Amino acid sequence: MSVRIQREDFDLGAEVAALTGGRTDIGGVASFQGLVRDMAGGERIAAMTLEHYPGMTEKMLGEIEAEARARWPLDATLIVHRYGRLEPGDRIVLVVTASAHRKAALESCEFLIDWLKSRAPFWKLEETGAGAQWVAARDSDDEAAARWEEPSGTASKAAE
Amino acid sequence: MKILYFAWLRQRVGAGEETVDLPEEVRNVAGLIDWLKSRGPKYEEAFRDTSAIRVAVNQEFAGLDAAIATGDEIALFPPMTGG
Repeated sequence: MSVRIQREDFDLGAEVAALTGGRTDIGGVASFQGLVRDMAGGERIAAMTLEHYPGMTEKMLGEIEAEARARWPLDATLIVHRYGRLEPGDRIVLVVTASAHRKAALESCEFLIDWLKSRAPFWKLEETGAGAQWVAARDSDDEAAARWEEPSGTASKAAE
Repeated sequence: MKILYFAWLRQRVGAGEETVDLPEEVRNVAGLIDWLKSRGPKYEEAFRDTSAIRVAVNQEFAGLDAAIATGDEIALFPPMTGG
């Protein structure tokens, strides 16, 4: 139910506590945190800078979240995505899903991070010893997102 | 018409945003890209490979054949790498 795009770091424990505080209907909370790795394609990364499309980012993440809520019985959801310059070990993205039961929470969490990677307008610029280079989109990310495509136009119907 | 560029497209074009007066014959995204390419070597280079370019019209993903009109916000960018 909530999407935030921010420069600032986030705290998983505090976010989950805020999401579930005062609620007794939630039986399971799943979360995913993405961190900056220090290596990519054999190159050591000194830092990366995330650029995004303000306005469209919020809109797309809102649509992706709405899609998850249409597919699974979720009681609460949260997506936090950082932008700006980040260093290895820094947190980049957080997805939290909460439901009465674990299956919906776990599956929808995986769905959200897979879809977000190929549908949210973010771009990564990596700083390496060889200079700065834009990260290329990976086929494996598209394949991970495509796993969640629904047959017979159900997904597009939900997106309308 | 407002045009936005992101990531390496922004760097190659040399601007993140510009407002252009579109010739009347340009009616879709492919036409816009062809017209941009005619504006100089920076644009020619940036848009050489259209298979590497993604498009949003008014913040919705769109194809090269998507219709465009004065007042639209068009964004041009490489495939996204979030998460």
